[in-house]
Amino acid sequence: MSGAIEDRNRRMLRARDAMDRAFAQPLEVRALARIAHVSPAHFSRQFRATFGETPHRYLQRRRVERAMELLRETDRSVTEVCFDVGFGSLGTFSRTFRAIVGEPPSAYRTRFTAEGAALRVPACWAMAWLRPAG
Amino acid sequence: MLKRITHTFIHVLDQDEALDFYVGKLGMVVHTDADLGVMRFLTVNFPDQPDVELVLMLPGPPAYDDATAAEIRELVTKGAAGGGVIFETDDCRGTYESLSAAGVEFTQEPTERFYGTDCGLRDPFGNAIRFTQPPDGAIVAPLAEDLRAQS
Repeated sequence: MSGAIEDRNRRMLRARDAMDRAFAQPLEVRALARIAHVSPAHFSRQFRATFGETPHRYLQRRRVERAMELLRETDRSVTEVCFDVGFGSLGTFSRTFRAIVGEPPSAYRTRFTAEGAALRVPACWAMAWLRPAG
Repeated sequence: MLKRITHTFIHVLDQDEALDFYVGKLGMVVHTDADLGVMRFLTVNFPDQPDVELVLMLPGPPAYDDATAAEIRELVTKGAAGGGVIFETDDCRGTYESLSAAGVEFTQEPTERFYGTDCGLRDPFGNAIRFTQPPDGAIVAPLAEDLRAQS
């Protein structure tokens, strides 16, 4: 019994790692399901059972986390950042960012700069701890 | 007064498979492989660093009951066991290429940061590993203006 859960966990982790590696690519459930050795129909449910959120939500928050870093640490425009992290339209990006972060991308950047906060952290730390939860 | 770290522990699901990975792929060597009856005490180290051992622990009785050991294994396999190791390398990209070719699963390609070039991978069980190539000079956290100027 336990062996089956371990096996599933490891396969789901492999699929999640693939999303993290290619977060700007479209969410291809079929490709991820192939990595995880499950049918596309079962993939989302099993991913959620493993990590507590759907693959769509995981990837969306990964993209927002990556966008937050680009807003903090580069001069790329909000539109460029939107496409850099894999959103297909500025409207979707702005709406999603605001819903998750609580303010629009430009306001986040302005506030961060104004507060003079220095956030020079390893990429692994940022990806693990700065992906918005809740 | 405490002085330094000599051993650090990581949970693995199969000690022979762990040796294939940590010795066969990452280039470590076996330091201690002792059958203590109730458990196999297995440690590895880097040839140039014999005084720091990574202990490859198999969770199970009598230290952990079967149900607890199962929970540990489940956490390891979903990448949530909390353990992990960061190694230093003198060639991040070259090592990345050769390990990729050897079938190692990477979670992040070599990335330039102010503290050097590093990348992320998993051991066969799900534990997170990174290796970093330090910069040539001193590590200096850049100012926001400098980062913007680079982009």
